[in-house]
Amino acid sequence: MTDVTTSAPATPVARLQGAATGDRIFRIVLSLAALSIPILLGFLVWELIKGSRLAISTFGLDFLVTSTWDPVTGKFGALPLIFGTLLSSLIALIIAVPLSLGVAIFLTEFAPNAIRKPIAFVVELLAAIPSVVYGLWGIFFLVPVLTRTVFPFLRDTLGFLPFFRGTIYGPSMLSAGVILAIMVMPYIMSVAREVIATVPGSQREAALALGATRWEAAWTAVVPYAKSGIVGAIILGLGRALGETMAVTMLIGNRHEIATSLFAPGYTMAAAIANEFSEAATDMHFSALAYVALVLFSITVLANAGARLLIWRVSKGRPGGGAGL
Amino acid sequence: MVALLIVATVLAVLPLFLILGTLVVKGAGSINPDFFIRRPVPAGESGGGVVHAIVGTLMMVGTASAIGLPIGIGAGIFASEWPGTRLALITRFIADVMNGTPSIVVGVFAWTWIVARQGHFSGFAGSMALAVLMIPMVMRTTEEMIKLVPHSLREAALALGYARWQTSLSVVVRTCFPGIVTGVLLAVARVSGETAPLLFTALGSNYLSTDIRQPMAALPLVVYNYATGPYDDWHRLAWATALVLIFVVLILSLLTRLATRSRFDGPR
Repeated sequence: MTDVTTSAPATPVARLQGAATGDRIFRIVLSLAALSIPILLGFLVWELIKGSRLAISTFGLDFLVTSTWDPVTGKFGALPLIFGTLLSSLIALIIAVPLSLGVAIFLTEFAPNAIRKPIAFVVELLAAIPSVVYGLWGIFFLVPVLTRTVFPFLRDTLGFLPFFRGTIYGPSMLSAGVILAIMVMPYIMSVAREVIATVPGSQREAALALGATRWEAAWTAVVPYAKSGIVGAIILGLGRALGETMAVTMLIGNRHEIATSLFAPGYTMAAAIANEFSEAATDMHFSALAYVALVLFSITVLANAGARLLIWRVSKGRPGGGAGL
Repeated sequence: MVALLIVATVLAVLPLFLILGTLVVKGAGSINPDFFIRRPVPAGESGGGVVHAIVGTLMMVGTASAIGLPIGIGAGIFASEWPGTRLALITRFIADVMNGTPSIVVGVFAWTWIVARQGHFSGFAGSMALAVLMIPMVMRTTEEMIKLVPHSLREAALALGYARWQTSLSVVVRTCFPGIVTGVLLAVARVSGETAPLLFTALGSNYLSTDIRQPMAALPLVVYNYATGPYDDWHRLAWATALVLIFVVLILSLLTRLATRSRFDGPR
C-alpha cells in the first residue's frame, strides 16, 4: 500500500490539473477540426458568388428564364440547362421511385430473412460505382440496347404523345434519364427501407387482425405510416439526380435547346459546367458557368435540407438516416 | 401484387450484374503487364498503358487524404464526444449538406480558389477538391462508428481515473478503430472514382509526372477522355481502366460492409 502512494509520480491534485489541461487542448484541437467544416462551406459559397458576380450583375435573374447561350457575343441564359436538369431528374424519379419502393417494401415485408440483406447489399453496391463508369457503360451498352428495343417500342405505342415522337438519337434526354434512374435507385431504396423498418409492428398486426392480406397491410397500414419518410427518401434521390455530372454529360447529347421529344438531345447544368469550363475563353463565359454552379448548388441544398428534415421527423432520435451513403 | 414486387426486385438487381458483366467481357482482355507499366502511345497506334494515371490518382488521393482525413476524423470525434453542443449540431448539418453537394460544384470552387489564382491547372488543385469531398464523408462515418461504442466502456475508463482525452483516444476511438478505418477506406474509394472535380483542376495529362504543381492524369479522367474519343484502341483502354477502377472501389466497399457488419452487426 505505502509503496503505491510513495512511488506515484505526481500528487492526485497535480494529476487532475494535468488532466484538465490535456482535456482543454483536446477539446480545442477537435473544435478547430469541427469548425473547419462550416468555414469550408462558407468559403465555397463565397468563392461561387465571387466567381459569378460578373454574370449576376450583367444578367440578374433574367439568366434563369432566357435561352440564349452564345459565348461569342457574351449573351448567356440558363433556361435550357435548368429545364434539362429538372426534366432528366424527373424521368429518373418516374422510373426509379416505383422500382426502389417495390424493392424496399418487398425486402421489409415479404422477403425471406435469408435474402433480405444480400439483395439490399447488391442494390446498394450500385451506389459505389463511379459515375464515369456508368457513362462508359451507357455509351457502349445501354444506349445501343435502348435505341434498338425500348425507344422504337415507345414511339410505336405512345407516339400519340408529343414526348415520344421524332427521330431517335442515341444520346438523348431519355437515355440520360434512364441512367440516372439506375444511379439514384440505391439511395431511394436504402433510405425507404430504413424508414419502413421503423414502422411499429402493431401497425401491421392491427391491419392483419382486421382481415387484411399481407399486401393490404403493407399498402394501407405500413406505407402511409412511413409516408413522409418515403417522400424524404425520394427527395434525397432527387438531390443526387440533379447534381449527377459525368454519366449525364456522356449520354444526354449536350445541346442547348428545349425539345419536346425525349428522344432528342438536351443539356443539364452539371453537364454544361463539365463540358465548357476548361474551354471557356472569356471572363463572362467563366462567370456564367460559375453562376450556373451557384444555381445548381442552391437547388441541391434546398432538396437535401428538405429531405433530411422529413426523414428526421419520421425516425425521431435517429437523425441522419442514410448518412453513410 | 407480390409478384410485381419480385419483378421490381429482379429489375433493380439486374443493372449491377449487367455492368460488371460488360466490364469484364470488354475490359479483361486488355489487362496485361503493359497496361500497368507503360505510358499511352500516340493516338491511332495500339498498345500502351495507363501508368501515368495510376501514379496521378495515387498522388492526388494521397494528398487529399493527408489533408482531409485528420480534419474529418477530428470533427467526427468532436461531434460524438460533445454531441449536444451547438458546434456539433451545426457541423453535422453542414456536413450532410456538403455530402449532397454535386462534386462538379466542388470542382468549380477549387478552380476559383486555386487554379484561377495560380493561373494554371495543377494536381494540387485536384487534391484539394477531393479533400473537400472527403472531409464531410469521413466526419459522418467516424461519428456513426463512435456512437456504436457502448457507453459503459467510457464510464469504466473515467471511473478508473482516465482523463477525458485519454478515455476518448485510448478507449473509445481504439475500440471502434477498425470501423473508422473502413469508413476512411470507403471515402478513399469514393473519391478515387471522382471525375467531375478533376476536369478543370488536375485537367489530365499524357505524361508520367510526379510534380503535383503541374497538370496530372487520373484513372477516371482517362476513362472519360478515352470513352468519348474516336479510336477503338482508346475504347479498349477505357474499358480496362474502368474495370481496374471498379475492382478497387468494389473491393473496398465490400471490405467495409463485411468489417462493419461482423463487428457491430448494427445498422449498416
